[in-house]
Order: sequence, then structure tokens, then C-alpha cells
Amino acid sequence: MSDVVLTLDNLTIGLPKGADRAAAVSGLNLTLRAGEVTCLIGESGSGKSLAARAILGLLPPRVTVTGGAIAFDGQDLTRLTQKQLARIRGDRIGMIFQEPMTALNPLHSIGRQIGEVLAIHTAMGATARRARVEKLLADVHLPEPSRIARSYPHQLSGGQRQRAMIAMALALDPKLLIADEPTTALDVTTQAQILRLIHELQREHGTAVLFITHDFGVVADIADQVAVLRQGEMVESGPRDAVLNAPQHPYTKALLAAVPRLAVPVRPVEAQGLVVLESIGARKSYAAKGWFARGRATRALDGVDVQLHRGETLGLVGESGSGKSTLARAMTRLLAIDSGEIILNGESITQLTTKALRPYRQKIQMIFQDPYASLDPRQRIVDVIAEGPIIHGAVPAEARLRARDLLRLVGLDPSAAERFPHEFSGGQRQRIGIARALALQPEVLVADEPVSALDVSVQAQVLDLLADIKAKLGLSMLFVTHDLRVALQICDRIAVMQHGAIVELGTATAIFTAPRHPYTKALFAAVPGASWNQSIPAAAE
Amino acid sequence: MRRWRYFGYRLLFALPVVFGILVLNFFLIRLAPGDAASVLAGESGAASPEYTELLRQKFGLDRPVIEQFFLYIANALRFDLGFSFRNDAPVSELILARLGPTLLLMLAAFSLAVAFGTLLGVLAAVARNSWRDAVISVATLICYATPVFWLGLMLIVVFSVNLAWLPTSGFEDIGQGYEGWERGVDIARHMVMPVAALGLFYLALYTRVMRASMLEQTGMDYVVTARAKGQSEGRIMLGHMLRNAFLPVLTMAGVQAGNLIGGSVVVETVFGWPGIGTLAFNALQSRDLNLLLGIFFISACLVVAINLIVEALTIALDPRIQA
Repeated sequence: MSDVVLTLDNLTIGLPKGADRAAAVSGLNLTLRAGEVTCLIGESGSGKSLAARAILGLLPPRVTVTGGAIAFDGQDLTRLTQKQLARIRGDRIGMIFQEPMTALNPLHSIGRQIGEVLAIHTAMGATARRARVEKLLADVHLPEPSRIARSYPHQLSGGQRQRAMIAMALALDPKLLIADEPTTALDVTTQAQILRLIHELQREHGTAVLFITHDFGVVADIADQVAVLRQGEMVESGPRDAVLNAPQHPYTKALLAAVPRLAVPVRPVEAQGLVVLESIGARKSYAAKGWFARGRATRALDGVDVQLHRGETLGLVGESGSGKSTLARAMTRLLAIDSGEIILNGESITQLTTKALRPYRQKIQMIFQDPYASLDPRQRIVDVIAEGPIIHGAVPAEARLRARDLLRLVGLDPSAAERFPHEFSGGQRQRIGIARALALQPEVLVADEPVSALDVSVQAQVLDLLADIKAKLGLSMLFVTHDLRVALQICDRIAVMQHGAIVELGTATAIFTAPRHPYTKALFAAVPGASWNQSIPAAAE
Repeated sequence: MRRWRYFGYRLLFALPVVFGILVLNFFLIRLAPGDAASVLAGESGAASPEYTELLRQKFGLDRPVIEQFFLYIANALRFDLGFSFRNDAPVSELILARLGPTLLLMLAAFSLAVAFGTLLGVLAAVARNSWRDAVISVATLICYATPVFWLGLMLIVVFSVNLAWLPTSGFEDIGQGYEGWERGVDIARHMVMPVAALGLFYLALYTRVMRASMLEQTGMDYVVTARAKGQSEGRIMLGHMLRNAFLPVLTMAGVQAGNLIGGSVVVETVFGWPGIGTLAFNALQSRDLNLLLGIFFISACLVVAINLIVEALTIALDPRIQA
């Protein structure tokens, strides 16, 4: 297994002037062999995606290869013209992307888009192409290949779309497959299936795979070789087991330590407090709109009973469409429910008007997923934080003073108060978001996927901060996440949701050690790198 | 197919829309002071109040508004748009005689604006930041900022008066007695300037929209995917980006169908084009309410029809649209 397919030799990719560093990737050496999966892992901004795109000459405008060589099939790809490269793309090197919805042309059928690869590189006639497309779709285990071929991207699920992308990339049996975070946008159970599929096809065809990822769990599942990239420089590389189990470089060690454990940390057992927030039989469905639309309402919440106790963190875990975010929004009355009751501190807030609800609003505060979109870009940080208290009648000067204290509480320098959101990193913004929520002195924090958009090392810090603050201030927290690992780390109790209903509810330990519902078990089985994850000793932290 | 069932619903919805316009027009027009009788009486010179009243009775203008309304609706549903006393002819006859030239003018200006706007927009986007892009941008800006009537007058001054290439006004040279092919050429020669005057503004607008839309598509993931397949740049543009980028232009064009009819009033006046626009202007000045209502009704039907066509095109181009 040592036929070299592609070699990156001292590859350097220059960034345009004014970027935060001169080179996106500097002096990268990497050898990809047939039948092997090489994972290029790094955090956002590490240059991993640009390195992958450079191979196919698909760098964005003004980003160029400034040094080194890419040897493939006896040619240096960096010296080829776009025309020469086009002959290799799709034929001998295939590529799949992170977001299969946007990576497919919304106006062309799946069959046409896969057939296009055959039309470009082969002399096949239309009938032969159609037959081959259906065979390819069957190879990636899509049901009813002929129907899928006629479908448009929006008619397929995320997993099906990614399968179609894989069929497209492998249409001509390329020697090299470049996969740029192909499972990041997918649900965990779908992710597990796609990883298995890539693994299977790659073994079958002896394809070399360059797999870009930020998730060590995925690395553990699929990699033969691993290369760790930080700020454009490779800090460590080697066989998977060596890098995962005996990392040499401090950065690799730090990254590995930050991966959330698939285990329940030891926590002091506390007596359950009184119920703060409760949902009784909450139902919500989204009807198809319009005069002529018939039936087919989507049931987002199907009679959900759940209680949040004082001082506890309750996790809502599920895949996209499970109703977890809808439930969080319903319990904060950001969303009206069709029937059922929402009870805060023993008072029903289900029917309150917007105005009557206002005094209750400050008792429940939200932390959002996207720290980039949830802060007003033209507001100074001090105003972001102080705005809420001022609306609720605080003296502006005092509120601004308190904003600085809150910044200190979330681990930022009080001088940050005078700056604007764009001057902060994602993790810092999420801290600002937490400070904003705390400014109203809420009783309940609702965190909707607060760490999903963050790099793993930052993720760990924000989770620690949340746990710390919750304990310090005696808050209750509703924590929405798709990631069981994260839920186990921070939640006291976990509610697993599927199709708008809670299928299992229990303490983190009970859910982890003895899951009862088949869906919970499936979720655990799908966690990337599950077996590896459990093998790492907790002492690594 | 479900997509076309959706179109069927839109078609059904068009009926109440047209009816609503009919009702609205009838009452709106009565908000303006004066009626046909007072104008006719005034023009006859020696009008006594009795004579005016007589005219009113003759035209049925003395009856209660509500009665007039039901009569109007009942007639309209039978495609009887009433009688223009001013012109001494049925309204539908008057409109039909003028509909052809106006449709010709509008459709020519509209389709040329969309076609060339799209083309120029693509050219500008492909050659982004080059001299070609700059030339197109400046030209569109000028077209965009020039008032239609002024543009029309300048076209006449340059091409008719100074260069004597094109006729100044009218639909055709009746005196020459052209027939068949020659008549077509003659009408086309008369059309050049009105179509240009009416269409240039929209052409400039669609060029800008198309350019922005193409540039937006350039950064899309599916374009990178197409490149990763080994597709050539030319084919990526024609096969993938063009249709995606054209959708916003089409939507905008549909919205503006109404403006086009409004614009044709000015153009028809400047070029003496025997269309609905000039007819409407005259009807308005002589308080010929029946005729005016008829024109409103036909224009509304035209706008609704163009919107339906645009809708059908959008459904044909975009598989995501469905009920």
C-alpha cells in the first residue's frame, strides 16, 4: 500500500495584502497514498481548506500558490494551465464539499449534474450516461436511483444530497478524492453513514482520500494518516494511532484535551430544586400555508411535558427537525404554542400578551448559536450589554458600569466595552452574548447550540464558563445541542428528542450508562470516534 | 405536475384580481370632478343647464351611482365596455383599434430590454473592472438617468431632423400604400425610435441587475463544484450561472410590466403613436369616463397577463417553485 498518488512538496499559499498573515499555508509537506485516508485537521483559519483547494487550482481570487510543488501523476499541478487542470478535475481527482445543498446547482436535476462529469470527460452517449448515473447512485446506496436522478437537490435530504455529491466525485473512479468537511453540515447519524460510505468506496476502489476535518472523532473513525495544521503550518503528522494516542506537539495535545469526552464528569449530587419552568402537553404544528394547500401539517411539538428545576442544567438533545429548538423557543414564549401550558414560577405565561409578558421576559434569557449574527454590528459592546437593563428601567449610567463588571465575569477585559463586535473572535463574541444574557439577572438561561459554531478549543472554554457562571449565580439552564458529547459534559439531566417528542429523559449518567430508547442508542453509536473517545483517560485534561 | 397545478391556482386568482380592479376603477374615477356631459355642453358653446341635464339623461349619468355600477359590471362581464359618446363609437371598438400598435410597442421594448439587458449584464460581469465593464456601466447610468420624453425628443432631432434616417412620428406611411413585406418594413422603421425611447431605461435597469446577479453567482459553491468537475469557464457560465442569475431579472421585469404601460403614454405622445396611451390621455381630458374605464380595464388585464406569463416562465426555469 505505498503507491504515492500525490505529494505536496513545501507548498506555500500566499494571502492577499492586508490579511492577518502573509501565507495561508507555509511549507506544507504531505504524501497521499493509494488506498489510504489522510486527514488534515485544524481549527478555523488553519488553512486546511485552502490547501485542499490548491491541489485542484480552485483557490479564491487573489489567493495563489507562491511556492512549492504539487506532484500528481508525474506532473506538477501548480505549473498547469486552468485548461490542463480542467482535464484532471472530475476525472482523476474528485472533490466533495461541506454543504451539499449549496454545492449542487438548484436548477439542474441530480442526474444531469452527475451526467455532466461523464459528458465532459468521456465520449459516452446520452443513454449510456443515464444508465451509468443510475448505477453510480445505486453504488452510493441511494434508493430508487432512477427517481433520484430525476429529482432536484431541494427534493432530497441532506444525507441524500451528500451521497449524490459522492457519486458525482467518484463517477470516473478518480485516483484521489478530496473531501472538504463533507459531514460537518449533517446530523450525527447521517454523518456516521456517510463516513462509512466513504470508507467502503475508498477501500473498494483503492482511492487515495484527503479528508479535511476539525473533528478528532471523525479522524478516529476514518483516518489512516493524520496531519495537524495550525496557522498554516503543519505541527505534527503520522499514523492515526500514534497521533491520537501519543501526540508529540503541545498544540495537538491541547486540541485532543479539548475534545469533549464521551463520559459523564464526576459532579457533586445535589438535591433537586423547585420547578422553575415547565411545559405541560405543549403542541405546535406548522400547517402548510395558502388557501389551496391541503393537509400535511408538520408536527414540531407533539405534547411535550418537561420540567426545569432550580439550579439544574437540562439538555435538549436531538437531530435537526427533532423539535429541540422549537421546544426551547416555546418555553421562552418566543413562539406561541397551539395547545398546552408554559408555566414559569408557578404562573402560567401561555396566554400572556406581548405587553403583559414583558416583566417575565427578563427572567428568561437566551444565548444564541451564531455569535456573528446575534450581535448588532453597529452597537458598542457596552450598549449591547446595557440595553436590556435600560429597557427594563435601570439607570443608564449604572447599567453601563455593571456591563463592565459582567465583562470581567465572562473573562473579558472591561476595556472591551468601548469596542464593536467585529473586533472580537467567535469565542469572545459568545462570551459577550453570555454577558448580555446575564445583564438582566435572569433565573433561567436558554442556550441554543451555544458552542456549535466554535472551534473545539474555544468550545471547551465557553462550556467551562457556562458551568462556572451557572453555579456561581445559581441559575437554571436549558441547553439545546445536537452533540451528545457536549450534553454529557454540561447537563445534569438530558431529554432526548425525536419527531417533536421526548423519547427518553433521565440524568446524564443514566442516559449514558443505560440508554433505553433505540434512538438514544443510535445517537450514541453515531458519535464520531465513539470507541476511541471512551478509551482516552479523563486525566488527559 | 404539482408545479403546474400551482400555476393553475395563480390563473384562478387572476380572475378576482381583475374583478377587484374593475370595481376599484369605477369608484376611483368618480372622485374626480366633472363628467362627459359638462365637457360636451361646455364645448358646444351655448349650453344651458337644461341641455346639460338632457345630455346626462341620455348618457344615463343621472341615475344613482350604485345603479350605474351594477349596470357597468353586468356589461363588463359580457365584454361590453359601453359607449363613448365623445367619440360616438363603442369603447371596445376604439380600444381594439389602438391595442395592436401599443402591444407591438410594449412587447418589442420589453423583450429587447430583457434580452439585451441580460446580455450586457453578463458581458459586464465577465469583464468585471475592465474597460468594457466601465463603458457598459457609464452607458447604463446615462440611460437610467435620462427622462423618457427628453430622450424621445433628442432621438427625433438627431435621427429624423438632422440625419433624416427615420420618420419622426406615426405608425406607418399611409400615403405610400405599402402592402405585405414593404408595409412591415415601413412599420419597423417607424418603431425604432419609440421602442428605443421606451426600452432604454429598462435595458439599463436589467443590465445592472443582471451584472450584480451574475457576480453574486460567481461566489456560489455550485460554481466551484462545476469547476471541480472539470467544466470549462464558458460552459459554467452558460450552463450553470446564467439561469440562476436570470431569475431575479425575470422577477423584476414582471413587477415592472405596469410601469411599462404608464411609460408608453409619454412615448406615444412624443412620437404620435396611435396607441392606447394617447387614447387614454384624450379620454381623460374630455372626461370620457366610459372610454377611460375601458382603457383601465384593458391595461389591468394586460398587466395581469404579463405577470402570469412571467410566473409561467419562472416556474419553467426554477424547479423549486411549487404550491
